Amino acid sequence: MEKFIAHTGVGVPLRRSNVDTDQIIPAVYLKRVTRTGFEDGLFAAWRNQPDFVLNADAYRSGSVLVAGPDFGTGSSREHAVWALKDYGFRVVLSSRFADIFRGNSGKQGLLTGVVDQADVERLWKVLEDAPGTSVTVDLRERTVTGGGLSVPFEVDDYTRWRLLEGLDDIGLTLQHVDAIAQFEQQRPGWLPTTLPVP
Amino acid sequence: MGRTLAEKVWDAHVVRRGDDGEPDLLYIDLHLLHEVTSPQAFEGLRVAGRRVRRTDLTIATEDHNVPTVDIDQPIADPVSRLQVETLRRNCEEFGVRLHRLGDIDQGIVHVVGPQLGLTQPGLTVVCGDSHTSTHGAFGALAFGIGTSEVEHVLATQTLPLKPFKTMAITVNGALPEGTTAKDVILAVIARIGTGGGQGYVLEYRGEAIRALSMEARMTICNMSIEAGARAGMIAPDETTFAYLAGRPHAPSGKDWDAAVASWSRLAGDPEAVFDTEVVLDGSELEPFVTWGTNPGQGLPLSGKVPSPEDFTDPSEKISAQRALEYMDLVPGTPLRRIAVDTVFIGSCTNGRIEDLRAAADVLRGRTKAEGIRVLVVPGSAKVRRQAEEEGLDQVFTRFGAEWRQAGCSMCLGMNPDQLSAGERSASTSNRNFEGRQGPGGRTHLVSPLVAAATAVRGTLSSPADLAAVPAGR
Repeated sequence: MEKFIAHTGVGVPLRRSNVDTDQIIPAVYLKRVTRTGFEDGLFAAWRNQPDFVLNADAYRSGSVLVAGPDFGTGSSREHAVWALKDYGFRVVLSSRFADIFRGNSGKQGLLTGVVDQADVERLWKVLEDAPGTSVTVDLRERTVTGGGLSVPFEVDDYTRWRLLEGLDDIGLTLQHVDAIAQFEQQRPGWLPTTLPVP
Repeated sequence: MGRTLAEKVWDAHVVRRGDDGEPDLLYIDLHLLHEVTSPQAFEGLRVAGRRVRRTDLTIATEDHNVPTVDIDQPIADPVSRLQVETLRRNCEEFGVRLHRLGDIDQGIVHVVGPQLGLTQPGLTVVCGDSHTSTHGAFGALAFGIGTSEVEHVLATQTLPLKPFKTMAITVNGALPEGTTAKDVILAVIARIGTGGGQGYVLEYRGEAIRALSMEARMTICNMSIEAGARAGMIAPDETTFAYLAGRPHAPSGKDWDAAVASWSRLAGDPEAVFDTEVVLDGSELEPFVTWGTNPGQGLPLSGKVPSPEDFTDPSEKISAQRALEYMDLVPGTPLRRIAVDTVFIGSCTNGRIEDLRAAADVLRGRTKAEGIRVLVVPGSAKVRRQAEEEGLDQVFTRFGAEWRQAGCSMCLGMNPDQLSAGERSASTSNRNFEGRQGPGGRTHLVSPLVAAATAVRGTLSSPADLAAVPAGR
């Protein structure tokens, strides 16, 4: 995984709450078997509406999404994270994220920072007053800076460490393969197995 | 200090305690796979030269993409076909058991696991699907994961996880006639909101929950995710054990006794403390339907479409405004006057045999409202077979409904069963998001009883709204 230390890019104000993963990428785009190329599915229904924020020239190249509360609810599809990343987003800021979406983001190096709703409102104002404003998201300092504003965001220590170091989860777990094997020895024999097929 | 059900299951699966803010490493007892969230995980294994650590704790089925008619024909959509064929290739290459379209054990992954007896109390169960919470009905800790985590479980049979908080949802009293598990969970979500369960495992308890069958308990746990929760659980009891006894993968003989002894110790300790508790009076509940575009936007069927002005929270107000526009509804309209074009009965929420029986009991001897399309889609091939053995298929087809093959069908717009733009449905599924059932489609979430009554009257209805069936029909 690529390290994430700090990122500077155009901030995009998404004034919507409860953005579920069906809105981030509709199911019809989930049929691929590859891991890239999902950018065309990002917010597919909304991008057909001319007044959608990403259709404005100033925001088109955005990489820091500032969204309303409860971002990423619904389906567990990691395609939502891939679509955001493939489009060019590196950071999503919101006052509240759905758990599965947040977990998926951490695995893929998409930073999800929790920002107070009052600060989200201030960021929206700055980004709407001067479309195309760049913001810097610094993971070391846990701050978002830009347009004369500097606000803190929260991210848990473990995710922050993994992102800063660019560490892969499976590799980390496999360091404990002996503990896993030991645990397996102690599992009761009556626990179900899928094989052999009865 | 006492422990809750969720804490007991968690503790029993810790391979390694994380220190210093690190997550715990948790062992996974059962990993369910389907075609949508697994291809990139298998690809990851291949690239890294890794194998599936425990093929004997892994099982796959085809559900999201599959058509529900002409299943003996190749899948028409080439992209769907590729995804299903990729799953078949991956299962073959890595030695994973797969139930393919046409196989008697094929079906929606969350119907298949319990039906086979693989879902058992006290297990940790994961699947790349948010409705994995369904399996919590057995007292398992079951939750949806993303594709990276699917790969992680395939490679290591574990997941690094931070402990969840616990929330008790206590439903006291007895549910009135005609009020079902679906109504309970829609009422719970309306109460705590789509984000109310974030970070929590919900434990449903109380008299109304104890009285429910296993299938009804699955309906409740299934929709825990719609309240934002990672999982929902119900302590195992005699109802659970009776459901499991004799299933293909349930233990037998001495193993059964050892299992029941272990399962009986899972219920939360009396002195256990939950982080939060929500209490509902089950006897005051009634059939519940959604009017908006998230599962928390629901009301009793006797209610009226709300106005954005009814909401004090500014983001809820905006959300309601947008939902009313999308749903094309006028505030103040009685919910019972909303006319639908399509009725969908099925999904991992309400596609089991009891759901089909409940719908059939309402439809038997009655006539379909004019111009309405009714789809009845069993959750698995076995549910379909059982329904046919009981003659339910005859009830449905005589009524004028389409009797389909097993799959996720119209719950999500990934297969040929979709709403067209502007089309309105009463659906027993779990999500009323914009475009969920097809671009521009409008969804009202309902119970099987309300779905069936709606198919008769043409507007959102409960069986109590129907005239008695004439004698002799």
